[in-house]
Amino acid sequence: MIITNIETVPGKTIVKHLGMVQGNTVRAKHVGKDILAGFKNVFGGELKSYTDLLTESREEATQRMEAQASAIGANAVINVRYSTSSVAAGAAELFVYGTAVVVEDASSGS
Amino acid sequence: MENLIGFVTLLILGYVFGRLAERRHFRSIIKREHQYAGTLTFSAKTPPADMAVANARLVSGNVVVSVDYFKQVLAGLRALLGGRVSAYETLVERARREAILRMKEQARQLDAEMIFNVKLETASISKGEQQQVGSVEVFAYGTALVPQKTATASPNLGQPMASRESA
Repeated sequence: MIITNIETVPGKTIVKHLGMVQGNTVRAKHVGKDILAGFKNVFGGELKSYTDLLTESREEATQRMEAQASAIGANAVINVRYSTSSVAAGAAELFVYGTAVVVEDASSGS
Repeated sequence: MENLIGFVTLLILGYVFGRLAERRHFRSIIKREHQYAGTLTFSAKTPPADMAVANARLVSGNVVVSVDYFKQVLAGLRALLGGRVSAYETLVERARREAILRMKEQARQLDAEMIFNVKLETASISKGEQQQVGSVEVFAYGTALVPQKTATASPNLGQPMASRESA
């Protein structure tokens, strides 16, 4: 599955548009990690556990989007956008959406 | 009285460690920015038409950075008077530059030389108690373009990229 956030897939031609696909996940913070984060709020610096949590969540959302795209027969998703919103205190939603398309090698077409 | 001692201790700890952490972070950011200077980032959407692209992949980088206690108090005071909150300015700057660097790192691993349509997203993470911004997350993403290698590509396509290779 090719994913880009521009309107094309460079080096390939889009032969079919299949509409929008999306994926999301809502994650809550771990209490233990939250206590550690509290300490970090005193000293400052990177909150590695949160960074990893968010990376993981985005990957999951992307996987869901990819699954949806392949279910409708796409082999690429273009114009992908990510968005983050806090649903409740301590929980965040990560949302990703894009346009599912079928691409072919540019050389094979011409 | 005990409360006051606790507060002052936190303030001093935050000041000392926060400063050290920030300085160290900025040093490492500047060092890595030089290292990854060859990877170009664009906010433009369309790659050059004459570029021979072998591969296009989404690359991303994110980081959650927390502010220290001293700066949080400082920002709280600033909120009473209004004006520039420089304590948070450096926090967001650090996060943004770090996120871009991590994105470039990923692009470098793919042998990409350019990243197009770079988007930056900022979110405050722990906006829990008293609506205070404890930490921010910055997420950077874009489309990394891997140029066709001269060896694998047909010879007429690989030529324009050769000069970039040495830079």
